[in-house]
Amino acid sequence: MDNLDATFSALSDPTRRAILARLALGETTVMELARPFEMSQPAISRHLRVLENAGLIVRRVEGAKHPCSLAKQGLEQVDRWLEMLRTALSRNYDRLDKILEELQSPKNPEDGEEKR
Amino acid sequence: MSKLMLKTEGDTHVIVTRHFAAPPDLVFRAHTDPALVQRWLLGPEGWTMPVCQLDARPGGKCRYEWKNAQGHGFYLTGELLEIEPPRRIVHVERMFLPDPTPDNHVETTFEPDGDGTLMTMRMTLPDAATRAQMLATGMEHGMEASYVRLENEVLAVRA
Repeated sequence: MDNLDATFSALSDPTRRAILARLALGETTVMELARPFEMSQPAISRHLRVLENAGLIVRRVEGAKHPCSLAKQGLEQVDRWLEMLRTALSRNYDRLDKILEELQSPKNPEDGEEKR
Repeated sequence: MSKLMLKTEGDTHVIVTRHFAAPPDLVFRAHTDPALVQRWLLGPEGWTMPVCQLDARPGGKCRYEWKNAQGHGFYLTGELLEIEPPRRIVHVERMFLPDPTPDNHVETTFEPDGDGTLMTMRMTLPDAATRAQMLATGMEHGMEASYVRLENEVLAVRA
């Protein structure tokens, strides 16, 4: 979880999210990645460095090219984290379900009598 | 089957939706009566809420304090801005960990949904970095239990 701050901060930028969306289609070179964005290659490279440091992408060296692809582990970490947040929240609402059931039960003396 | 939906929207919002099998007035009451809130707003197992103050009127305040068996704790304070029974609550809150986090502006609505209610909670944080931090500290404070359980269950299966 050490990396989580870096991961979420990397995800907070719309260009970087667009890069990830493009990479979801498959491995892509920096040059290809830069094309749809109105941005210089060095600017794109800076974004890629942030994504790489956050563990969200990996880069291979293939001659002068550096094809990028999604890093499964980094994305799984984000997913796992959101799942835990969902679990904790779900527990609250499962408890609330029981309370609502109680409040609606005809056996409940409070039922039917408007308290507020 | 998970009825809860949690997602981020834009750079500063977090949206949570959940269906309840009860009419909006009851769900609203369970969100505004402190004696009821104290029974469900607890987070993971093992945490309790010894202090639950909630004055659900415009301009009213709330204060929630949580504690676990190890004696760790944190608290939250907030102000109620708009109360429209049984449809809508707007409030602002911050956690003390122990330093205060930036204000989280929360709009909660309860809409009729079939025989029940669809609750939508829309949180607005001041900026993307704060949202990231909130999501991450939410993890640190109160979600260890889920994390440990997940590790035990999921990672044990993988090993």
